[in-house]
Amino acid sequence: MIASLSFDPAVDYWLLLAVPGIPFVGYLLQIALRKRLPFGDKLLTLGMFGVMCITVYLAFKAIAAGHHGEAFVQHSVKDGIYFEWLYSGAAALGVDNIVAGIYYDGLGAAMLAVVGIVSFCVHLFSQGYMHGDRRYNIFFANISLFTFAMLGLVLSDNVLFLFIFWELMGLMSYMLIGHFAHDPSNPFFFKWATWASKKAFLTTRVGDVCLFVGVMMFYREFGTLQYTELWEAARVTVANNGGEFPAWMTVAGLFVFGGTVGKSAQFPLHIWLPDAMAGPTPVSAMIHAATMVAAGVFLLGRMYPLMSPEALHVITFIGATTAIFAATIGMTAYDLKAVLAWSTISQLGFMVAAVGLGGVVAGMFHMVTHAFFKACLFLSAGSVIHGCHHEQDMRLMGGLRKKMPITFVCMTICTLAIAGAPFFAGFYSKDAIILAGWANILDLKTFSGWGIYALVSLAIAAAFTAFYMFRLIFMTFFGEYRGNLEKHMYSDALAAEAAAGIERPGGHHDDDHGDAHAEHGHDAPHAEHAHAAHGHDAHAHEPHESPWPMTVALCILAFLGMFGGHFWLLDLPGAVAFWHGAHTWFESIVSLDSLYGPAVGAWAADGISEGILDHSSHIGHAAHVRAVILSLFVATSGIVGAWYLYVKRRDLPAVITKKLDFGYYVVKNRYFIDEAATLLVIAPSVKLGVFLKWVDEKIVDGLVLGIGRANRFLGFFSAWFDRIFVDGAVNAVGLVSQGLGSAFRLLQTGRIQQYAAFAVGGGLLTAAWLILA
Amino acid sequence: MQDQILTWITFIPMLGMLAIVLAPKNNTALIKGITFVATGLPFLLATWMYFSLFDKASAELQFVQNVMWIESINATYFVGVDGLSLCLVWLTTLLLLVAVPASFGINKAQKSYYALLLLLEVGILGVFVSQDYFLFYVFWEIMLLPMYFLIGIWGGPRREYAAIKFFLYTLAGSVLMLIAVVALRLDSGTFSLPELTRLAGEGNLLGKNLPFGGDLLGMRFTTWVFWFLFVGFAIKIPVFPFHTWLPDAHVQAPTPISVILAGILLKLGGYGLMRACFTLVPDAFNEFAYVLGVLGVISIIYGAFVALGQTDFKRMVAYSSVSHMGYVLLGMAALTEWGMSGAALQMFNHGTSSAVLFLIVGVIYDRAHHRDLNGFGGLSQVMPVYWGLTTIGFFAALGLPGMAGFVSEAMTLLGAYQSDIEGFKLLVVLSVIGIVITAAFLLWAMQRVFLGKLNEKYANYGDMNLREVACQAPFLFLCIALGIFPFYLLNWMEPSIKKLVQTLGG
Repeated sequence: MIASLSFDPAVDYWLLLAVPGIPFVGYLLQIALRKRLPFGDKLLTLGMFGVMCITVYLAFKAIAAGHHGEAFVQHSVKDGIYFEWLYSGAAALGVDNIVAGIYYDGLGAAMLAVVGIVSFCVHLFSQGYMHGDRRYNIFFANISLFTFAMLGLVLSDNVLFLFIFWELMGLMSYMLIGHFAHDPSNPFFFKWATWASKKAFLTTRVGDVCLFVGVMMFYREFGTLQYTELWEAARVTVANNGGEFPAWMTVAGLFVFGGTVGKSAQFPLHIWLPDAMAGPTPVSAMIHAATMVAAGVFLLGRMYPLMSPEALHVITFIGATTAIFAATIGMTAYDLKAVLAWSTISQLGFMVAAVGLGGVVAGMFHMVTHAFFKACLFLSAGSVIHGCHHEQDMRLMGGLRKKMPITFVCMTICTLAIAGAPFFAGFYSKDAIILAGWANILDLKTFSGWGIYALVSLAIAAAFTAFYMFRLIFMTFFGEYRGNLEKHMYSDALAAEAAAGIERPGGHHDDDHGDAHAEHGHDAPHAEHAHAAHGHDAHAHEPHESPWPMTVALCILAFLGMFGGHFWLLDLPGAVAFWHGAHTWFESIVSLDSLYGPAVGAWAADGISEGILDHSSHIGHAAHVRAVILSLFVATSGIVGAWYLYVKRRDLPAVITKKLDFGYYVVKNRYFIDEAATLLVIAPSVKLGVFLKWVDEKIVDGLVLGIGRANRFLGFFSAWFDRIFVDGAVNAVGLVSQGLGSAFRLLQTGRIQQYAAFAVGGGLLTAAWLILA
Repeated sequence: MQDQILTWITFIPMLGMLAIVLAPKNNTALIKGITFVATGLPFLLATWMYFSLFDKASAELQFVQNVMWIESINATYFVGVDGLSLCLVWLTTLLLLVAVPASFGINKAQKSYYALLLLLEVGILGVFVSQDYFLFYVFWEIMLLPMYFLIGIWGGPRREYAAIKFFLYTLAGSVLMLIAVVALRLDSGTFSLPELTRLAGEGNLLGKNLPFGGDLLGMRFTTWVFWFLFVGFAIKIPVFPFHTWLPDAHVQAPTPISVILAGILLKLGGYGLMRACFTLVPDAFNEFAYVLGVLGVISIIYGAFVALGQTDFKRMVAYSSVSHMGYVLLGMAALTEWGMSGAALQMFNHGTSSAVLFLIVGVIYDRAHHRDLNGFGGLSQVMPVYWGLTTIGFFAALGLPGMAGFVSEAMTLLGAYQSDIEGFKLLVVLSVIGIVITAAFLLWAMQRVFLGKLNEKYANYGDMNLREVACQAPFLFLCIALGIFPFYLLNWMEPSIKKLVQTLGG
């Protein structure tokens, strides 16, 4: 059976083309026909089901090849399938034509399958969640195009096409985050979505232009944009440079990394991601798991060989910093989705830092497992929010485990996964990252302060992650349900916030809540329920489990969050080999060799600690043992800490925050980075615009007008001179005074027709003569 | 017919104009019909040429007609097109055709309006097909006059000021151009552009035959010619600091005239630089390429920032034109094939995207009779089609990949970065600031006009009607189609671009 699972270029390239093709056609159909498309949502979901099947089927081909130890790299240009984009035929331009093909290797296979699965789940989930939304059809069209962009990005074989899809994703995130900006029925989201979408687009665009500049720099030197050729060119360039990276490569590499900083929400361009929650929750799941943020990390995976050691140090530093700083904010958030948003930023920091430490495979692995459990967490959060009638504040939840059992189980599984509990998906990948950190500092070749900083930060961040994720679980699912209570442990804090005029998304109060739903069926009301609930005041806020499309989607993702790190059933020998150095399904298809080809892979391995590459080496063994112990320790301490503070001693958090006082205040306000960005970048830009407008009108144009006036004066002067000194000649009057007057005199006396007749007559005679001659 | 096709394309509008002059004043239906035919026929002919008659593999001039015109000064009626001019001829005929239905809202003196519109088309097409500098100049001036009247009579409240400013500013450029043309003629004895280019390439166009024998006031003859021609064309592009006529002209001009102005008149500047400036003085061009690059980058960034500071919708769009046309100059100055191709593409693509933007402004101005960006709000709720098309238009303008603007901007930047001119790389890196700011002001405008709370005053506004959609549709189609299949344009332009770059020594 496994033998039949080999890649067949004749068929499989067309399947791969169908993968982005299906959602694209779905988008076109839905956007063109809108509500006239019967069962549009189901049709698009069915299409995504097809995409999921294809991507998973093809991923198994990659896994089968990996199982046999074969290289799995499919490049369609070599098989004669490509699109001539900037192509000029016989008379070629002086530089290479840009030809787009499909590049499908182990990483691409894994990523494509992840996008396929998560997108399908999101589509399915949205049928329940978005039910009754005003712009339901457009929403489905948009998430289909979003998926299309990500699928295209993964399949691109050159960095320019990656950039094209990259930007398309920026557009779709703009449209989807701004989904509620066209629907005034929920004032809070209406307002928020308006500026959050703009913020997301512009912030990521700063990163995008950095990426473009990086691409430009590499293109100038290497004359190609295709990954394989770029890697090879980098190898040759460095070899010719005596084994050292030329300085420009560090600069270019950092510009490319700028793209990751923007798209993958790394410090300091992370500010857009928490506000991306202004979109509907399924969109958050898309952005945080399968698309957008994953694209940045994916880019690092593709461009890794181009990164000089200096660039990698910066990458390590940014990643580790992001990981820990976002984790601290995550511990202070009360909004269910905000906790998840900050955890995404933190986890992305893990991935980026892993690449910087040389653990590019570990980073990519974490991207894959993270996609599963983060999608599940977000959709579970959506389910909770849906069940609680659009309440997002965890202080008004609690005790939901009995009311929403499926959601509770799924969310807990994935929380265990993200916290790094053994045998859950996140454990393997996070362990691999910690291992990369240990190996990096254990090996004299790669030892540096950056590595120590990264390891310490990541370990602390991992403990924080376990802490705030279990804080979320305990606050949401344990204790008593606080939504209906007048007085509970958070009511003082909430009252203080309300007094301070802090708006809250849900519209918790009875009146506007019920009305909004009754009138507009806004933002995913479970319509029947909302209407029915309005009639029975006593049960108006009783949470309930979500309908089946939502729970099925949750279960699929929770299953993968549990087993996605290590498909035991498929890969039993790997399970046994666990303690002798992880050998997971992912590592069997993605390695430096399979990522970049043997020659470049071997060269890239030079700069990486041998412990990362070879787990059986001395360093590898030492690092592995330490990594496992450290991972287990931080996960346990985080979980126990959360249990102690939020189950055992629920009075303590308030005391602690009071003690921390100013520190807590700063963290709670996200270190004031948004404010700093507004103060230092946005406001000065707008001010500069207004100032330059003034300059343009008063100075640049003023100069022109000044010249005009001087001329007019000269004209008057010469006219006066003429009248006085030259006998009555007045034909040298300045153009301004004369031109205006005479032109309008011409018009008003109807002589324009005369003029036109002359012009036409003359022209016609000429033309006639020319044609006849 | 095929031999004289360029003459037909150029002068059919003039026939139409004659017919309109003869038509009764009150029969506006007839007048509009004549205008449709007189703009439609050139469009069909140009399309036929583009897809069938033209040999796109050749870099040579095609459909050449060369007849002696004014023997005493050796001026010829010399017309012909290569790939570059053909693309712009086609765009001109399309824009003018669309300008007709876009003008249906105009009720004042319709007879004169449509007659002048057709005369304008003659002038523009004439410039693109002329291969004789004297003829080129004559058409250049022909174009000026109808534009002056179209702004000055049918424009907004400050139309007279704007028209005069436009006229004088452009005339100043023309005068400089004329001086340079005469000097070139005196030196070489010919007006023929291919001939002048050949002489310049051989190094025989250095002013040696002039009375002062080459140098004047310490500057070389070619330097003089270069700057005179450059300023003449730069005013048209417009390049910072010669751009201030543009916002006034745009704001005051009626919508279809703004569309023509931004869509095609600005391209005359860029085209003129490629065809009738750089090639005649290649050494001076090479000497000052860096300065041109600097001016281009200043235009890009400065135009974007000034647009960000605007509160008038149309002024904002006008300054976005300054910013976008900066890429044209930057790409040309880099003197690489990609840079030059990118510049040529950018001219075409800006023609379509700016046309869309001005039509968008026109739609809302026709309803609200003001253009204050802060005076709208929430329009996406009442005008969803308008919002949808605006979204496409705005994202095309901000260079979203998959749209035409991206292809040209990316090619320009990739090409410009390959330039070997010292310091050029830094310029290119700086220019990307413009990309971010462009996105910022467009999205901000989007937010202020379409999102947020619905302004109650506009709650009863009707969505775009069929005519308005039909006017935008061809340009939106081109914005998207040329983003996905850029080679439909590039392949036509490319041989002549390649030749141009070789001529310039790149």
